[in-house]
Amino acid sequence: MAGLIARRARRQATFRWIVVVVLGIFFLLPLVAMLMFTIREPGGQYTFDTWRQFFDWPQLANTYPELWEGMKSSGGLVLLTVALMLVMLVPTVVWTRLRLPWLRRVVEYLCLLPLTIPAIVLVVGLAPVYAWVTYFLGGSALTLTFAYTVLVLPYAYRAIDAGLSGIDVRTLSEAARSLGASWGTVMWRVVLPNIRSAVLSAAFLTVALVLGEFTIASLLNRTNLQVAVNLLGKSSATMSVAVSLAALVLAFILLFALSFASRRRGQTTRGTS
Amino acid sequence: MKQRRDPAPAPARWRAGWRRGRQLAGVVPFFAFIAVFLVIPTLVVAIGAFANDDGHPTLDNLSSLGDGYILDAFGRSLWLSALTAVLGAILGALLAYALVTARPDGLLRRLVTSACGVLAQFGGVTLAFAFIATIGLSGFVTLFMQNQLGINIYSGGVWLFDMPGLVLVYTYFQIPLMVIVFLPALDGIRPQWREATASLGGSTWQYWRRVAMPLLAPAFLGSTLLLFSNAFSAYATAAALVSQGSPIVPLQIRSALTSEIVLGNQNLGKAMALGMVVVVAVVMWLYALLQRRTSRWLA
Repeated sequence: MAGLIARRARRQATFRWIVVVVLGIFFLLPLVAMLMFTIREPGGQYTFDTWRQFFDWPQLANTYPELWEGMKSSGGLVLLTVALMLVMLVPTVVWTRLRLPWLRRVVEYLCLLPLTIPAIVLVVGLAPVYAWVTYFLGGSALTLTFAYTVLVLPYAYRAIDAGLSGIDVRTLSEAARSLGASWGTVMWRVVLPNIRSAVLSAAFLTVALVLGEFTIASLLNRTNLQVAVNLLGKSSATMSVAVSLAALVLAFILLFALSFASRRRGQTTRGTS
Repeated sequence: MKQRRDPAPAPARWRAGWRRGRQLAGVVPFFAFIAVFLVIPTLVVAIGAFANDDGHPTLDNLSSLGDGYILDAFGRSLWLSALTAVLGAILGALLAYALVTARPDGLLRRLVTSACGVLAQFGGVTLAFAFIATIGLSGFVTLFMQNQLGINIYSGGVWLFDMPGLVLVYTYFQIPLMVIVFLPALDGIRPQWREATASLGGSTWQYWRRVAMPLLAPAFLGSTLLLFSNAFSAYATAAALVSQGSPIVPLQIRSALTSEIVLGNQNLGKAMALGMVVVVAVVMWLYALLQRRTSRWLA
């Protein structure tokens, strides 16, 4: 039996490396090509001018005002959307768990609904709604945060709901309440610290989704990072490829960091149970 | 009159009602937000699909869906989604299995799953650019093939900016999504089942044929459906890549949205949008059915 298992493990390792290497080439090739595209000059020499320009932000703002505006609004949208998503979702999900269990299915259904509504369809229906948003709040790109919160709802809900399933919200909140805590204190100082990693994972997914969003911004005529990059692709291709590669790498670093945060939590729960 | 005979005295009833009202007040912001930014847009699409430009009910929009060019777009969208879903599902399942055989908290698995998370969700414009830089007319691979190997990949015409290009780029983001959604099912397979098969004298082939595949089949099919709806809903990649015409439905909706005044039929886009919702809803319903079956064994 031991020999059999060892042989199988060897075979699996071979299979693993073949698959990972072949698919790895398929996945890395376009990314390497992007990098090459940004550092190669038509003559064939290599230069890092594009990247030097990219990290020199005041200069970047002057040379590519559209791009700078897109980066600024995407940055603002990331912060606003994470905040709005947490404010909308965490109290509601906790409250339905504690006080309105009959509403839980409804909330779950509504949160998962955006999965069946493609962004391109949502934008068709959002156009008249955004006419009112523009009327009340102005036409700033930051108003896109409402639409983005809807887009991230399914992913954020799953993360937060899974986090809450892992703790005994009822006992915790009753204990806090019986010691005289207000509901605000319960949320902020009891529930939130206990679902920290779930909140973190919801927030990171939101960041990645907002940084990559194109459909809604483009069709509602607002400039975010991806819209600016797409526009810039026509006039200054090198810079636009550099910016999209940088955004991709940023999202990867966030998710990679997240994998450590969630894995650690998984291990501690296994250790205690 | 009748209420007076209730056993509970009126103040207590009021207090109960007041408490109930206050409890409901806690979820009002959420429901108000959902109503404005999710329910109203959905209703706008659903009702608009059945209304003409003056707001009178009509079936003209829906019957225009039968026009040749729209039917063609739906056909191409379905074909593209089905093809890339199957390709992505098979290749993604292979990669997911390769990851399962690695250490669960090893670096390889972490790197690949995070990369998959980014590539599956991020997509869009970036991927279009990546492929233009790779196999565009002056792309990295195109030039390498031409100069070093003497192969012109575009001898049969430039296919990157049309359907074949879409198949390639869509497969690129379908594989990572498959890894993400299929990995939990593979993690649910317990090593004991394989040991049980082996101790009963079963071969590797019998284990896969009789134990693992029947258990994984619902999860595999469900993931394929999810990939299908993912490809069917995708817009950004196609918008950034396709330069001429609107071969697939999302691009048809774009041209209906941006040129609605010229067309004089502003609700045709809504009818197409409704058609997309119907397709995705059917697919997701099947997915939910399969998901229920999957969770019986591989939860």
